[in-house]
Amino acid sequence: MIGVVLAAIGKPNAAAYLSVAAVLFTMGAAGLLLKRNVLVMFMCLELMLNAVNLTFVTFSRELNDIGGQVIVFFSMVVAAAEVVVGLGIIVSIFRRRKIGATADSASLLKG
Amino acid sequence: MLDLVWIIPALPLVGFCILLLVGKRIGEPLSGYLATAMVAGSFLAAIGVFLSLVGKSESERAFTKTMFSWIPSLGVNAALLVNPLSIIMVLFVTGIATLIHLFAIGYMHGDPRFPRFFTYLNLFVFSMLMLVLADNFVLMFLGWEGVGACSYLLISFWFEKNSAASAGKKAFVVNRIGDFGLMGAMFLIFQHTGSLQYNQVFRVIEEKGMSTGTATAICALLFVGACGKSAQLPLYVWLPDAMEGPTPVSALIHAATMVTAGVYLMVRVHPLLELAPNVLKVVAWVGALTALFAATIATSQNDIKRVLAYSTISQLGYMFLAVGVGANIAAIFHMVTHAFFKALMFLGAGSVIHGMHGVTDDEQNMKRMGNLRKFMPVTAITFLIGWLAIAGVPPFAGFWSKDEILLGAYQSNKLLWLIGLVTALMTAYYMTRQIVLVFFGKERFGVGAVSASADVHTVAAHVEDPQSSDVGHDGHDAHTPHESPILMLLPLVALAGLSIVGGFMNTPFSAKFEFLAKWLESAKIPGTELGAFVGESPHVAGGTKFVLALIAIACGLAGIAIGWKLWSRSADNPQLEPALLQKAYGVDNVYSNLFEKPGHALANFAAFTFDKKLIDGIVNGFGRVLTGVGGVVRRVQNGYVRSYAVGLLGGAVAILAYLIVKTAA
Repeated sequence: MIGVVLAAIGKPNAAAYLSVAAVLFTMGAAGLLLKRNVLVMFMCLELMLNAVNLTFVTFSRELNDIGGQVIVFFSMVVAAAEVVVGLGIIVSIFRRRKIGATADSASLLKG
Repeated sequence: MLDLVWIIPALPLVGFCILLLVGKRIGEPLSGYLATAMVAGSFLAAIGVFLSLVGKSESERAFTKTMFSWIPSLGVNAALLVNPLSIIMVLFVTGIATLIHLFAIGYMHGDPRFPRFFTYLNLFVFSMLMLVLADNFVLMFLGWEGVGACSYLLISFWFEKNSAASAGKKAFVVNRIGDFGLMGAMFLIFQHTGSLQYNQVFRVIEEKGMSTGTATAICALLFVGACGKSAQLPLYVWLPDAMEGPTPVSALIHAATMVTAGVYLMVRVHPLLELAPNVLKVVAWVGALTALFAATIATSQNDIKRVLAYSTISQLGYMFLAVGVGANIAAIFHMVTHAFFKALMFLGAGSVIHGMHGVTDDEQNMKRMGNLRKFMPVTAITFLIGWLAIAGVPPFAGFWSKDEILLGAYQSNKLLWLIGLVTALMTAYYMTRQIVLVFFGKERFGVGAVSASADVHTVAAHVEDPQSSDVGHDGHDAHTPHESPILMLLPLVALAGLSIVGGFMNTPFSAKFEFLAKWLESAKIPGTELGAFVGESPHVAGGTKFVLALIAIACGLAGIAIGWKLWSRSADNPQLEPALLQKAYGVDNVYSNLFEKPGHALANFAAFTFDKKLIDGIVNGFGRVLTGVGGVVRRVQNGYVRSYAVGLLGGAVAILAYLIVKTAA
């Protein structure tokens, strides 16, 4: 199957990788904006993050600069830390509002 | 000894500092004794300095003690000038201040702020000594403002009373007008001579001269300053109100010392005044008119202290008259004798008020007194001596000095002399009225007496026994007047003695007896002829002198006789006290309409129109605009994560779009 697809689109090049990254990013952004489920929103966020990582790696290869790949490692570490904090917040939201908790439940901090 | 002159002002300053720090802790009698001891110490030091000055030859009787360089850019040092004039001032200031401190220990007994009173008094004495001893205008101004501040603090010492608080403010504000003149004069002097040191200024004027216009401007401004401090027309209004202060304050500050500072200033800068004969004429006329004006008011006042206050204004007018006609020695002479007998009478009035405390509810009203000589014999006798002195009866002190002034006036302008003579007659009249109302006649304090306690004695019962046990009490259960304690009588006796013999320091019988004149004439400032103390005794033929003296005596006696005849029969002579005079010509009303009301209107405009409407409007307007904008903008912060995410996305897209468009272009 993959072989068929690959054959169809030819040898992967930078434009293809970037296109995939763009698609991933858009999916993530759309999910973040449209979904109310906190967990799903969180996963969308990760999707966006990894889309960016993909572009980093692509450009790193294209430009022959190892810096891009280094940045990816950094961003993965930071993302891991962010997951810890983010999941903590999500768990506490679910604790406070057991039934039907959405991201809109945490909207007390407003002007 | 001369080198130690700094001790004279230093002692009261030390006393002030000690009392300021620990006055409350050392408490009632001790703080008073400490203050008295400090002033007495500086009196002794003054005597020492005086004696060593006497021991010197005439040309060496001026000495400047420089303590430190104060304002180098103006060439002003903190320096004390000792010369015959300043040492005379120092002697009588410290001497009388000592006696009044002593009196105040008794008078202020039981006051909750007793230590603070003496703190202020010591500060006052220090400031007054700086005023007279300064060798330049700036240091003099320091003392000048210092005494003004103390005057304010002491007038409103009983600030719980509304009238006392506002009297203090009034004195302060009116004095500012005078101070403004004095400062202007100092600026002009510095501009034209480049110095503010007395000797230097006089030397520059001597060498380079000064145009009459400049001299007139400077002297006029100096006279404005003197008018404010010495309560002359038209700035006299604060002095009668100043009587709200405790009586020792009235005696020390508002009779004997501070109010004479203006006269002292005029005498001190006489070399300048000589260059402005027009100003001298004004000084003489203002002095004479003030003397007459205040004397007329004094004839109709009922408050025992207000009579003395107007009398003080009147006598200060005499001194200015003397300065104006060039009789400087007579001015200083009268200043000293007046300090003796007026301090005596103020303290006597204080003793009377102290004795009347609790006897009537209106303890300063002379119409509520009468026959007090029975109850307060020592106060009565000493007060009578003061009365004879001010009325100009020989050989008491006032006669000699007043006679000298009248002589000077006679020489200069007969009309001035006549005004002085009329004033002398009226002085004798109103003082006689006062002593008759207070010490003679019927007892009138039974009416409306305060009878708070149960064991009410009748007044009559006490009359039979004037030496009752009330004597020396502080008016707790006193229903009759009582004599004051010995602490208060001692200063009275001492001042009475001085009022009797004080005149003999300058008697006109022969040049030999003119001690004060000879002493002051040696007050030459070295190296300048201009600085010579102008104002040698007027040269009038002996016969004329004698006739003039007789006329003065006749006037005084006539005044006494009229006063006695009119007032000994009845204390109620409304036709002799026209309402116009009782209200002091309504000058206070005029001033209030002229200055106070526009001032109020201006303040009201500034507070309620300008500030409240305009300034507050601008500030509140800003606030309202920001609140409105905030009310609209705050909706953006709605707390929904998704809306923030939209914002972020939109922002990112916008930035990207911009970058793309830019790179494309």
